[in-house]
Amino acid sequence: MASVSYEHIYKRFSGDVIAVNDLTLDVQDKEFMVFVGPSGCGKSTSLRLLAGLEEISEGVIKIGDRIVNDVPPKDRDIAMVFQSYALYPHMSVYDNMAFGLKLRKMPKSEIDDKVKDAAETLGISSLLDRKPKALSGGQRQRVAVGRAIVRHPQVFLLDEPLSNLDAKLRVETRANLSRLHQQLETTFIYVTHDQVEAMTMATRIAVLKDGILQQVASPQMLYDHPDNVFVAGFIGSPSMNFFDATLVEQPDTGKMVVDSGSFRLEIPAHQTSDLQPYKGQQIIFGIRPEDIHSAELTPPGVIPARLSATVDVTELMGNEIFVYGLTGSKPFIARVDPRTQVRPGDDIEFNVNMANMHIFDPKTELGIL
Amino acid sequence: MSVKIGSTRRQRRTSSLLVNSVLILLVLIWSIPTFGLLVSSFRTKEDIQSSGWWKMLPHREWVQVEEFKTKDLDPNSVMTIEGVSGTFKEFRAGVESPDGTRVRWVGNKRRGRIQVEKRQWTMRDDFTLENYNEVLLGGSVNIKRADGTVKAVHGEDLSDAFLNSLAVSVPATIIPILIAAFAAYGFAWMKFPGRRALFILVIAMLVVPLQIALVPILRDYVKLDLNGTFLAVWLAHTGFGLALATYLLFNYISSLPRDILESAFIDGASHFTIFIRLILPLSVPALASFAIFQFLWVWNDYLVALIFIGEKKEVKVLTMRLADLVGSRGSDWHLLTAGAFVSMILPLAVFFGLQRYFVRGLLAGSVKG
Repeated sequence: MASVSYEHIYKRFSGDVIAVNDLTLDVQDKEFMVFVGPSGCGKSTSLRLLAGLEEISEGVIKIGDRIVNDVPPKDRDIAMVFQSYALYPHMSVYDNMAFGLKLRKMPKSEIDDKVKDAAETLGISSLLDRKPKALSGGQRQRVAVGRAIVRHPQVFLLDEPLSNLDAKLRVETRANLSRLHQQLETTFIYVTHDQVEAMTMATRIAVLKDGILQQVASPQMLYDHPDNVFVAGFIGSPSMNFFDATLVEQPDTGKMVVDSGSFRLEIPAHQTSDLQPYKGQQIIFGIRPEDIHSAELTPPGVIPARLSATVDVTELMGNEIFVYGLTGSKPFIARVDPRTQVRPGDDIEFNVNMANMHIFDPKTELGIL
Repeated sequence: MSVKIGSTRRQRRTSSLLVNSVLILLVLIWSIPTFGLLVSSFRTKEDIQSSGWWKMLPHREWVQVEEFKTKDLDPNSVMTIEGVSGTFKEFRAGVESPDGTRVRWVGNKRRGRIQVEKRQWTMRDDFTLENYNEVLLGGSVNIKRADGTVKAVHGEDLSDAFLNSLAVSVPATIIPILIAAFAAYGFAWMKFPGRRALFILVIAMLVVPLQIALVPILRDYVKLDLNGTFLAVWLAHTGFGLALATYLLFNYISSLPRDILESAFIDGASHFTIFIRLILPLSVPALASFAIFQFLWVWNDYLVALIFIGEKKEVKVLTMRLADLVGSRGSDWHLLTAGAFVSMILPLAVFFGLQRYFVRGLLAGSVKG
């Protein structure tokens, strides 16, 4: 039951490696905050700084109102679930879960109650006598979570807890973790490189790259309004299509057009005013695959902007088709209606939903629209 | 393709055959003399002097079935006895008849003693425990000879030496392991200034040969009045064993998964708790394997014991008593073999007791493999 705040945190490793670069972030009480980013982006380091497993080079971390820079891990009132689970191999599940409580000199009967409660919550009551090596991956993961929740910490730290599970179990466990978060009403900080995990579980997502915080927002906000090219490309699968283009005002109609050389797409009238200052300039035009529809099966309500392209490869997913197309020589991906008749080599027409387009400044890579 | 697979399989089979036969050969080379030693230690003095230990295995031997004396033969010409004929010289060596018996002239020409022998399956199985009685017990021992007579002999009193060896070896194994495990943990997981330099210094001690230090240490022991005590040998073995022990245990302990230790830190464990509750139980394979090495080394050590214990009879160790035995009873093989086996029995027990730790890793199941 506490908020967490990072204030201008730096972490330098020996040499000039900067793992975390000026991280300022407030995690609110009871929030499910997900740190996401490619490997080496500093997300795990940020978590370990909060856990007290790494020393902070510069800056202040607070849990609640308390500055914890010099507080040892055990006194920070946190619990952590590791990617490898880090179960104590020579102890039974019960002892694994009770270890932290025993060290805190809690009376035996109380430990017993707490361990059994936690085991009940996670559905591992029948496994309490087993050793970790006699458990499956999913069971180990639950024991690791159980070891964290018995202590009722203020903040839960989870470092890629699902990455060692198979795909099906991962989906299941994802839902279980979300449920657990609602049940416990505690602050969760979750590190992952998987944007799907981030999108599905988070209250808010913090996207990091090269130790620099890119954007913090709710999943929907992040998806609809990415701050920069990196976030736009990182969130969403398949990722957003980017084209180098120029903003051109058509002399006859006065309408604004995105001109990439191989296509010209008209910008909806209500958005043109925001783009006035960029008239005639180079931009990066971004459009998500699901905003590119096949011409004959465009859902109603889309203001069509035509894009003709050659189909390179198609992937039928059942509920949709991924079309890998080429416009001019530029590749892009579209997610189209499964009834669309497309074959590799076809030249077909797409309708682009320009209402959901993204425009970025090519120099700063920041979003303009 | 199939040809290739076939040939690699054949190659593999050939190489495993080669490896296995070399291993079998090595095992035979090592174990046959040992087995012979064991067998000899249970045979009577007379048996050992008259036949090899392999005679205890079932084998065919000429056994006398009949003996008679005759004066009717002229040993200077060709004779016919029991249906076979030959000269005196031939009968002295034994003449075999077609029905499988052998006729032999025993003694000189004048005696006329003839033996008829048959080939029979026999084995020498007249084993005795008296050899062990004689070497182990002290004072006057009544030894029952093979012919039934009882003889009082002066026992070699190896049991005392056995206990002395035990009193030297057990502490001289445990003390360095305990110290080295603490040191290895410190070097592997605790951060302190000069850690690297200190570690290198400890490892550098490996190059100091034991023999160089004997005289200076002896002089110090004399000043401290430690000479001829168990403590002196414990300290010497501890000192000489520590560098290697620290190095081996460091390698093992530093390879334990970091996550487990960090998890324990967050659970609230101090360095000492982590060492006792996690490192020691998880390092059992490494501790056991080093314990075997150190124990065997100390048990079999002669030089250090000779120098620091010297000729004091009440603290003499087994190796020294055994050396004495070779000097004083050098031709009594029944005693030497029994003594050798007394000195081997404990190392064998230790090895077979702890060998599973070489095979089985204790870490299975702790982290996702």
